[in-house]
Amino acid sequence: MRTDPPGPHHEWLDDEAGPVVRPYAVTGGRVQPASGKFDLMAFVVAGPPDEGPQPPQPEHRAIIAAAQRPVAVADLAADLDLPVGVVRVLLGDLLATGRISMYEPPASRQFPDDDILKAVVNGLRAL
Amino acid sequence: MDSGRSDRIPVALKILIAGGFGVGKTTLVGAVSEIRPLQTEEVLTDASVGTDDLSGVEGKQTTTVAMDFGRITINDDLQVYLFGTPGQDRFWFLWDELAYGALGAVVLADTRRLADCFPSVDYFERRGIPFVVGVNCFDGARRYSVEAVRSALDLDPDVPILLCDARSRQSGKEVLIALVEHVAQRQGDPVRTH
Ligand SMILES: Nc1nc2c(ncn2[C@@H]2O[C@H](COP(=O)(O)OP(=O)(O)OP(=O)(O)O)[C@@H](O)[C@H]2O)c(=O)[nH]1
Ligand SMILES: [Mg+2]
Repeated sequence: MRTDPPGPHHEWLDDEAGPVVRPYAVTGGRVQPASGKFDLMAFVVAGPPDEGPQPPQPEHRAIIAAAQRPVAVADLAADLDLPVGVVRVLLGDLLATGRISMYEPPASRQFPDDDILKAVVNGLRAL
Repeated sequence: MDSGRSDRIPVALKILIAGGFGVGKTTLVGAVSEIRPLQTEEVLTDASVGTDDLSGVEGKQTTTVAMDFGRITINDDLQVYLFGTPGQDRFWFLWDELAYGALGAVVLADTRRLADCFPSVDYFERRGIPFVVGVNCFDGARRYSVEAVRSALDLDPDVPILLCDARSRQSGKEVLIALVEHVAQRQGDPVRTH
C-alpha cells in the first residue's frame, strides 16, 4: 500500500519536527477511533471475511489483508506506511463493524516469566 | 481462525533504545533488527496551536514524528520490538506511550557528551523501568572505564554498563542480552532499589 517509495522524508531523525501536516485526510478528519484503544503492541486479526459491511476505504481493506494473521499495530503502521494515529482510527472502524479482533497486551505492568526471558536471551544469542 | 501456529497471538516484548542526539540509536536498531520508520503524530492541542477552533477536527493540526522501529523474531510465538525514542525534549509525550508496558530500555551514552543521556537515565529511573547503559565507543573518543561512567551518571551498582559499538550486530546483541538478563535478575529481587 505504499504510495511512494521510501525517500528522504522517511529518514526523519531529530533535526526538526515534521512539517505540520494533515495525515488524517484518510480518516475524514477523525482523530479518535470509534472504538478501542490499540496499544502499539496490540495484535489485530481479521475476522471472517463476510462479516459486516464492506469497509469503505482501500486503507481499511489493506489492514484486513495484512491482518489475515495476527499483526501488531506498530507493524501495521510501518507496513502500510501510515501514521499510527491514522491506523488507530481505521482499526476503530473495523472493530466497530466486527471486521477485526483485537488482542491488547496485559494492562498491568507485568513482566514476562523467566522462561520467556530465557527464550529471548537464547534467541538473541542465536541471531 | 484457521489452525496453525501462525494464527496464535505472539508474546511481544518492547525494548526502548534511548539516548542523546546522534549517539547511535538508529545505528543500533539497524544493526540488530530489520529497521523501518514508524510514523507517529500528535494532534496539536488547542493550547499549543493557539486556537480554540472546534468547528471540525479536520482543521486540527498534527505534527509527525518518525521513530526507529525494528522487530526481532525469536520464534513464531515470541517477538522483540525495538523502538528508538525520539531524542528531542518536545517529544516527551511519545515516551510515555512507548514506555508503557516496556520490558526495559537501553540508554546509549557517548563519553564525549555524557550529559546528553541524563534525561533518559532520569526518565527510566523515576518510572522504575529497568535499563542498561551502553557506552558507544566512537572512534577516537576517549575511553572511560565503566566505573568512571557509573560514577559520572550516579548509577546504582546493579545497573549494567557495557562498552559497545552500535554498528556491530554482535555488540548490539550483547547489550540487549544484558538488558534481558538484568530484567530477569530484578524480577528475582523482592525489593526495588528505586
Ligand atoms: N565510530 C562509531 N560511530 C558510530 C557508532 N554508532 C553510531 N555511529 C555513527 O554516528 C552517527 C549517528 O548515529 P545514529 O545512529 O544516526 O544516531 P542517533 O542516536 O540515531 O541520532 P539521532 O536520531 O539524530 O538522535 C552515524 O554517522 C553513525 O554511523 C559507533 O558505535 N561507533
Ligand atoms: Mg536516529
